[in-house]
Amino acid sequence: MLEVKNIHAAYGDAITLHGVSFDVQPSEILCLLGRNGAGKTTTLKTVMGILPVTSGSVTLEGEEMSSLPPHEIPRRGIGYIPQGRRLFPELTVNQNIEIGLMTRGMGKDTKEWVLELFPRLRERLKQTAGTLSGGEQQMLATARALCLRPKVLLLDEPTEGLQPSMIALIRDVILKMKNEGFAIVLVEQKVDAVLQVADRVVFIENGRSVDRATAADLKRDPQMLTQYLGV
Amino acid sequence: MEFGPHLMLASLEGAVIASVLVLTSMGLSIVFGVMRVVNVAHGEFYMLGAVLAWYVTSLLGGHPAVGFVAALVAAPLLVGAIAASADRVILKHLKYDPDRTIVATIGLLYIIQQTTLMTFGPDARPVAPPFNHRLALPWFEFGDSGFAMYWPWGLSTTSYKLFVIAAAAVVLIALWLLITRTKIGLIMRATQQDSETAQAFGIPVGRVYSMVFGLGAALAALGAVLVVPIQQAHYLMGADPLLLSFIVVIIGGLGSLPGTVVAALLIGMSDGIISVFFSPTLAKIIATFLVAMVLVWRPQGLFGRSVP
Ligand SMILES: Nc1ncnc2c1ncn2[C@@H]1O[C@H](COP(=O)(O)OP(=O)(O)OP(=O)(O)O)[C@@H](O)[C@H]1O
Ligand SMILES: [Mg+2]
Repeated sequence: MLEVKNIHAAYGDAITLHGVSFDVQPSEILCLLGRNGAGKTTTLKTVMGILPVTSGSVTLEGEEMSSLPPHEIPRRGIGYIPQGRRLFPELTVNQNIEIGLMTRGMGKDTKEWVLELFPRLRERLKQTAGTLSGGEQQMLATARALCLRPKVLLLDEPTEGLQPSMIALIRDVILKMKNEGFAIVLVEQKVDAVLQVADRVVFIENGRSVDRATAADLKRDPQMLTQYLGV
Repeated sequence: MEFGPHLMLASLEGAVIASVLVLTSMGLSIVFGVMRVVNVAHGEFYMLGAVLAWYVTSLLGGHPAVGFVAALVAAPLLVGAIAASADRVILKHLKYDPDRTIVATIGLLYIIQQTTLMTFGPDARPVAPPFNHRLALPWFEFGDSGFAMYWPWGLSTTSYKLFVIAAAAVVLIALWLLITRTKIGLIMRATQQDSETAQAFGIPVGRVYSMVFGLGAALAALGAVLVVPIQQAHYLMGADPLLLSFIVVIIGGLGSLPGTVVAALLIGMSDGIISVFFSPTLAKIIATFLVAMVLVWRPQGLFGRSVP
């Protein structure tokens, strides 16, 4: 489905990615693991076209993404839940959802579908996004991305700063999306949570994908976790 | 004239100035708000609107209203298109870097000004108002003989001036509806709040910027078309509106549209009133002093949010 091959990318002159490769298939959860500053967020930004790919390729169902104008990439079916939520803070919950729906021209039925996943948001449609609680903001960021009915969902630390019950809720939604056939790329710090949901793991270090393993293998032998994360 | 009628006359003059200033300042404010670009060439888009209005009316001939209506449509569209192209050709390539866009728009200022001089010459050009009836205004007083209405000598305005006030109000309401009620407005606001995320949701940020830059320039041009039957078109006329728009945007709070409206009314009205009672120079001095006060006591502007 989504295939990332040996991508390089830079912030201005500072080359930050030196070769990241992974792929993810429908109904699969792929996790990117790595220390702070390893380049996980940068990898997702590069897939989204926020940073240009300087070499390597990103293909979705065989179509090259890196040569498209950046705003066309989400329209091809990649939903993005950025680190820190990045809602439009002065727009209402409803307007944030409208922006998501606009991306791929989705309609009322899609809106109903996401509001059923997150009933809390339905009660707060008129509230300004910036005034939501942290958990509600994460729900909205997730809802906004699901409004694309994406083929691939990119999630960057969706549980950052959330209480356990909220983490469980987000995890349930992720698993539900997997069962609905989405291909999911998850960046997450909490190793336990990762091992619960992930199918495969790719380790990122200093802007490179350095190793990979299945979640089942990591549960049996956590040596890689020690090596790349120091846990 | 007695004080009351005199004040009313001055307020009417002020309202006309304020109406044009509201449009010009909104253009500057929207561009800054959405793109974070300080457009130093904004006054030249105003000037270009005025000169093009003269050019269009001089081409058409016939009843002044025909030329005026044509100018009202054509000048903002042309100026908007020129500004949108300038965005594509210049600002986009500077990646909207705040410092470099200031320098670039200073360059744009001189290019537009000198091109206009070379094309249309240095003369001031009048445009005939589409209609211009003199309207005497009544004044009311409670005197010894009770309530009385009379027509003070000299207390009058013109139908055209009232039209300018009404037209500015209509444009302002239309702009408000565009921003708050339409899909385009929603896209503009999303881009303003987080352009990177907007792009990650399929918004063509570059095109939004071109449109906004064009819209900002078109608003200045529209204000100029309204003003040109009162004040002649001239290649150097962009300096005052630029200064006043900056004053308004600083007092109102950078990027705050309600603040811009209130500040434009405040500055425009006081400019008109002080000019009538004292002198235009004093009006500018007071406006500049007001800016200094705002910058010292409330740097984020009257309606701006303070930077945390
Ligand atoms: N806008 C930027 N400009 C320049 N360098 C940046 C920028 N954003 C990130 N970097 C640098 O790129 C490197 C990778 O950062 P990135 O945010 O991708 O890390 P990460 O793996 O997501 O870390 P974390 O787990 O802390 O979120 C870091 O060294 C960071 O300092
Ligand atoms: Mg990160």
